[in-house]
Amino acid sequence: MAPTDKYSYPSPEQRDYIGRRMARVDGLPKSTGRAKYTYDYNPKGLLYGAFVRCPHAHARVKSIDTSEVEKMPGVKAVEVVQQPGSEIHWAGDEIVAVAAVDEPTVRDAVRAVKVQYEELPHLVIDSDEPPRNLPPDTSPLSLDDLQGLARNQVPGAQVVKEINERGITFKPEEASLDRIPPDIANAIKSAKQKPAEKKAPSWYKPAAAETQGDAEAAFRAPDTVVSEGIYGIPVIVHCCLETHGAVAEWTDNDHLLMHASTQYVSGIPGQMAEVIGIPAANIREVQENIGGGFGSKFGPDRWGIYSAKLSKRAGGAAVKMMLSRAEEFAVAGCRPSAYARVRVAAKKDGTLTAWESFGWGTGGPGGGGSPPIPYLIRDRIPNYRTQWTAVVNNIGPARAWRAPNHPQACLITMTALDDLAHTLGMNPLDFFKKNVELTGPRANIYMDEFPIADELMGWSKRWHPRDDKTPAPIKRGLGLSMHTWGGRGHQSECDLTIQPDGSVTIKIGTQDLGTGTRTAIMAIAADTLGLTPQQINLLYGDTQYPPSGGSGGSTTIGGVSATTRRAAVDARDALFAKVAPTLGATAEQLEAVKGQIRVMGQASKALSWKDACAKIGGVPINAHGKNLGGRDPLMNSGVGGVQMADVSVDTETGVVKVNKMVAVQDCGLIISLETAESQCYGALIMGISYALYEEKIMDRTTGQMLNANLEFYRLARIGDIGELVVKMMVNKYDSRGVIGLGEPPVVSPGAAISNAVANAIGVRVPMLPLTPERVLAALRGAQKGESA
Amino acid sequence: MTTNDENSAGLSRRDFLKISSIAASVPLLTGPKTISVDGQEVVVHGPGPVPVALTVNGKRLTGQVEPRVTLLDALRAHFDITGPKRVCDRAECGACTVSIDGRAVYSCTTLAIEAQGKEIVTPEGLGEGERPHAVQSAFVNNDAQQCGFCTPGFTVAMKAFLEKNPHASDAEVARGLAGNLCRCGTYRGIHGVVAQMAGRAPKGNAGTTIIAELGTSAKGGA
Repeated sequence: MAPTDKYSYPSPEQRDYIGRRMARVDGLPKSTGRAKYTYDYNPKGLLYGAFVRCPHAHARVKSIDTSEVEKMPGVKAVEVVQQPGSEIHWAGDEIVAVAAVDEPTVRDAVRAVKVQYEELPHLVIDSDEPPRNLPPDTSPLSLDDLQGLARNQVPGAQVVKEINERGITFKPEEASLDRIPPDIANAIKSAKQKPAEKKAPSWYKPAAAETQGDAEAAFRAPDTVVSEGIYGIPVIVHCCLETHGAVAEWTDNDHLLMHASTQYVSGIPGQMAEVIGIPAANIREVQENIGGGFGSKFGPDRWGIYSAKLSKRAGGAAVKMMLSRAEEFAVAGCRPSAYARVRVAAKKDGTLTAWESFGWGTGGPGGGGSPPIPYLIRDRIPNYRTQWTAVVNNIGPARAWRAPNHPQACLITMTALDDLAHTLGMNPLDFFKKNVELTGPRANIYMDEFPIADELMGWSKRWHPRDDKTPAPIKRGLGLSMHTWGGRGHQSECDLTIQPDGSVTIKIGTQDLGTGTRTAIMAIAADTLGLTPQQINLLYGDTQYPPSGGSGGSTTIGGVSATTRRAAVDARDALFAKVAPTLGATAEQLEAVKGQIRVMGQASKALSWKDACAKIGGVPINAHGKNLGGRDPLMNSGVGGVQMADVSVDTETGVVKVNKMVAVQDCGLIISLETAESQCYGALIMGISYALYEEKIMDRTTGQMLNANLEFYRLARIGDIGELVVKMMVNKYDSRGVIGLGEPPVVSPGAAISNAVANAIGVRVPMLPLTPERVLAALRGAQKGESA
Repeated sequence: MTTNDENSAGLSRRDFLKISSIAASVPLLTGPKTISVDGQEVVVHGPGPVPVALTVNGKRLTGQVEPRVTLLDALRAHFDITGPKRVCDRAECGACTVSIDGRAVYSCTTLAIEAQGKEIVTPEGLGEGERPHAVQSAFVNNDAQQCGFCTPGFTVAMKAFLEKNPHASDAEVARGLAGNLCRCGTYRGIHGVVAQMAGRAPKGNAGTTIIAELGTSAKGGA
């Protein structure tokens, strides 16, 4: 049990809202269509912006002619984004930006811009296995290389290692050292400066092999059972229903008002100031609601920058630049793919001994990050050897996608381990339990969760060895997976004001992605002040309020909860000090309960909230809340979750249907139970979607995406989800504090569903999504294998 | 276009004449023209803006809209009615769903000029005045929304669906509401909405929610 202080979250019996199913505060504005999103801002005199986009996957801009467009009636501003000579690395990249009086006119204008290109060779396929023995790139890193690593979320420690080993080609002062993590900045400062090396262009960037113990020896050890396979998960697209975009407006000559659709309200000014050429303090970002982000909306992007530039050129009139659905598919973010050839070994009793993998994947021009393989057990499995080759290609840039790298690492690891369990003749649940200590500090959480999932799914009663022996063509199977995520709260600040008339206002610069952030803030403030949420006024989503970090990495709930709690406790205690003399008690003897300030243990010695606040005097109470970062006991990191899937597979058509999924999930202390459960249900559905349907399909010849619409890029619909069961670990790990939840439950579904399909039909379908074509191909492969 | 009835392009001959007279008095506008195609008379509107009159949520709205503009874009850009959302813009996702004469329709694939003379109801007009429709409250009670971008369209589709299928089975829900897409994954809550509206016992975790009508207490930005 963590030591408690006055800021500790209230105990379960003192909670009216925390940890309970409180309806989301943003519910009615959304369901009645009144909630406003970036797409919905229609300021007076609004202009519409759009981009001329490169139709080629790899090309050089030869010439741009905007003369005709500038004369078109209704066109108000034209800006060249990439000048002649620029090399373009993906189809759909922005070349020219145009603003006009309405949308039909701007679409016409975009068509009238004349751009000539020199086409260059492209690569848009990533599933072909790269050559094995390419030498790792040891050439010194350019600034571009470093930005590529950052774009692809390569872990800081790995970036530092690369800088130390490879050196740099630029002067440290050329990098904005104050804007990057200190460990990387220090590595840059102390790095060897070397001349840039002429590199032969290559689609492949192999990384050096990483090893632990002696994998080769472990595979050769006597009485060892080995399983081999190839596994993979393709590039998928975020598909935010509100496309990326922004509305920009100059309120005077040097003040910019932005409505960017963003997961990082407080960060927009700092990311725009330099390129727009005004101080960040002169830029204000306001966002009420966001129609989906999933990791793809952290920066202002070209549309944010060019809406502002076009607005400036048009005399300050507001410019709305929202991507079309096809543009969204082409340029606004891919989740990197991951494929791997895996060998994995255990002793006959099921004890895991060794892992070996050769993996590759792409995140477009940057190559993509390297998933933490083998997932969960990497730190503790005695022997492993992993190699990773990034495929640098022309499919468009990668963006973080809900739990970056984890769904890929989980899919590759948990399917390979499931195949090993099958080779061992073990029930996978027994196999995972047997090796659970390899997961380290969360082993106890998984062990708590396994029996709950078992019971909810009926695993132990219903599980059968691979290959459902029922004679009917429809086979049924069960699969499981497990996952983790960090999720420590980010920096967040707020102001909580109590007025002498009793009204309460919270100002916080955070954003609510629909995850329940507003509801959680309300629950904490209400329980701390002894009020109902209706008595609290919450102002958020504006850079005029105290800053919060970006909503990525599941860091929001921990950050805003601790901050709100600290501000509310301080404000409440200041109020106690004001009313203590009236109640004939000391401030320490008071409590705020059910709309009253009263003496603990003496319910009759009480003042109503309103009467208590009348004692404040003329100046309102204001408390500034700021969490303590990494040392704040109100938040923590590292969750555990177990998921199970039950599927039916039609072996004649190859169609997979999810019958049921079970998710058992820990996130420390749960603040808003209903929205926490909704995160898990949503993650299961998103998981069903990427397990069965989603794939960014590229055309080898044209380099274009073939399914850039919501008909042929299929997402799960209401009939595709089966029965979903979510069990949150309520009141079980409260003392750990609050931990983020948005990402972890989306990590496991792909692996759990793939394992269930293998259990049903007796063979592994190696690649997601598990389309009818792939299922039938796997079944045909198995038949051939049997007859050979 | 092969039809030659009175309502081609959704316009009655009388409306057409009325619009023509307005158009004639407004310079720079291109009034509808009648041309002969294959021996049949066809009305051609535009390409410039034409006067359009829509009845939305019981209110008559008028404006100048190009004939190629969809009902969705007319509602959003011309009349600032932003409950219907633009997501796919080609009848794949249902976020733009509105009710036209009681039928749920994708407003992204309906022309504004076709919707004249009909009763259009958007999510904003589903309830009575400030009071939400029971379906909209049920979306809150069942937490059938996250980012909320699909939700308004879903509520209109749901209301129309329930009028036809007041006691819908799960299979009927799977088919009848498959025209609306949610990326956050709120379908389980949407099943809960159907159950609540049909008076069935809620499934699973639903039913213990603290209902708080908090519509205005959280406000983003200014």
